[in-house]
Amino acid sequence: MKGKLTANERKSALSWLFLLPSLLGVFLFFVAPFFVVIYYSVINNPIQMEFVGFRNYVNVWNNAAFRLAGLNTFKFSFVAVPLAVLLSLFLAAVMESRIPFKSYFRSFFLSPLMVPTASVVLIWQVMFHQNGIVNNALQVFGGGRIDWLKSDYAQVVIVALFLWKNLGYNMILFMAALASIPKDLLEVAALENANKFQVFWMIKLRYLSSTILFVTIMSLINSFKVFREVYLMTGDYPYDPLYMLQHFMNNTFTSLDYQKLSSAAIIMFIVVTGLVFIMYSIENRYGKDVEG
Amino acid sequence: MRKNDRYILRIRKRKKRINSLKTALVTMAALFFAVLFLTPIILTITNSFMSSSEISANYGSVFATTAKGGKVFVSKTVNLKFIPDMVTFYQYYTVLFKSPEYLFKFWNSIIYAVPIVVMQLGIATLASYGFARYDGKLKRVIFFSYIIMMLMPYQVTLVPNFLVAKSLGIFGTRWAIWLPGFFSPFAVYLLTKFMKRIPTEVIEAAEIDGASEWYIFSRVNLPLCKGGIASIAILVFFDYWNMVEQPLILLPDSGLHPLSVFLSKINTGEISLAFAVAVIYLVPPLMIFLYGEDYLVEGISYQGGIKG
Repeated sequence: MKGKLTANERKSALSWLFLLPSLLGVFLFFVAPFFVVIYYSVINNPIQMEFVGFRNYVNVWNNAAFRLAGLNTFKFSFVAVPLAVLLSLFLAAVMESRIPFKSYFRSFFLSPLMVPTASVVLIWQVMFHQNGIVNNALQVFGGGRIDWLKSDYAQVVIVALFLWKNLGYNMILFMAALASIPKDLLEVAALENANKFQVFWMIKLRYLSSTILFVTIMSLINSFKVFREVYLMTGDYPYDPLYMLQHFMNNTFTSLDYQKLSSAAIIMFIVVTGLVFIMYSIENRYGKDVEG
Repeated sequence: MRKNDRYILRIRKRKKRINSLKTALVTMAALFFAVLFLTPIILTITNSFMSSSEISANYGSVFATTAKGGKVFVSKTVNLKFIPDMVTFYQYYTVLFKSPEYLFKFWNSIIYAVPIVVMQLGIATLASYGFARYDGKLKRVIFFSYIIMMLMPYQVTLVPNFLVAKSLGIFGTRWAIWLPGFFSPFAVYLLTKFMKRIPTEVIEAAEIDGASEWYIFSRVNLPLCKGGIASIAILVFFDYWNMVEQPLILLPDSGLHPLSVFLSKINTGEISLAFAVAVIYLVPPLMIFLYGEDYLVEGISYQGGIKG
């Protein structure tokens, strides 16, 4: 018996061989250093290496810049993510109905996805400037002029830019989910005289639930990337409402404060994992009875 | 009978009218969004054909505030114009033949994005075959940790990347961008989902015929996921063509920066050129989008449902 593998064992071993390059790379570049990050977050500095417990975490948590960045990022995601889910669901519904030139509309809605942020920031600056067209348009309706990016409304601008960039991607996800709802189920509902409201709540939403979860998670992840727009328009130190977590990280990298960096990264890791876990369990409870 | 028929006809007519009204409303909504979505792109393109004097006359006041000690231009309100007074290719001529700096940065962008797409997809096709081919408890745990890693924002992953780059001595070199990109779990996750949908009968048939594992992988499996590979390659390319966070942290030498970072630094001095550079930077993803939109849509559709 020894030394001779059964056909199944051999195949299983071979499949691990295929995995090997990826596993090695992921271990070296993501997993192993992540443990180093955890280690750095609980020592006082890389030279003395004294264990300090949660002191670094407390320091980061009490850091004014981290608080500002965290709060801004949270505020932004809290508004932008639900809007991204609802509006893209609306767009998918539009694409489901009978409209002419459907494939063109799909391309139009999806096109911001391919546009590099750097290519459009110029136009955004022109549009949201004190004398820009957004203000010109608002003035027609009696609004005053504001310098959008240097005002308390600055977050409105980045919510708009975020939606512009991400709606198309989410829409495609919803379109695929809507298309996967069994047609006969909808026909039965029609035969049973179900109204549109019932069809939406009792059938469509159930089949959409796993996609809603996925779109929410992806939008949340992408909402952390809005730093790109902010950075390319306003640089390292933007007006306060636009100071995001990535700004905080960038500035901490420059000062090479390993302890602050590590504990901030771990805090964010815990928050993101926690949010994903919560959303996943909500979906698990709600959409369990349909095939995901 | 006849009365009843007429009644039904009337109802049908009314329904038809309501339906066409609804179609009109929905189309209007779609048009509204389409205009919102396309305006920034179209404006960037048309503005790149304006002469520099026209640009400064139109947008002078916008950029005068950003330029430190720069000239203050005349225009008080910003005129956003769709159509240039006079179409000129002068900006393109300047960018392409007189300012090598932009071309260097453009080349930087290519030299990051292309190898990352090739290597990430290469490693991922192998790995996802490994994941999809044989299921097991351990593999499921590993795959789940890949998903977690994929979901982590740059604020988290850049710290480990930074530490590895420092300890391997590749900090500040192109390798600091390349290597984490090569091994990114994103393509593995998507391709595994794609490969799991290939009917097992196909693979088993090849097995019964006595095909080797490598033969099954390269001759049976790969041709079946050509579409998936293309669509994931497009997504990965868009992502790295648009990268901003990684070079800012891993490359202190701005000479190595891709155009995506560098472009924001030119709008102070050479506004008129910036539009042309922006359009040149847009061309590769635009071409890929126009030719590969269907693949792209297919690829995105496959992502839904996180359960794997």
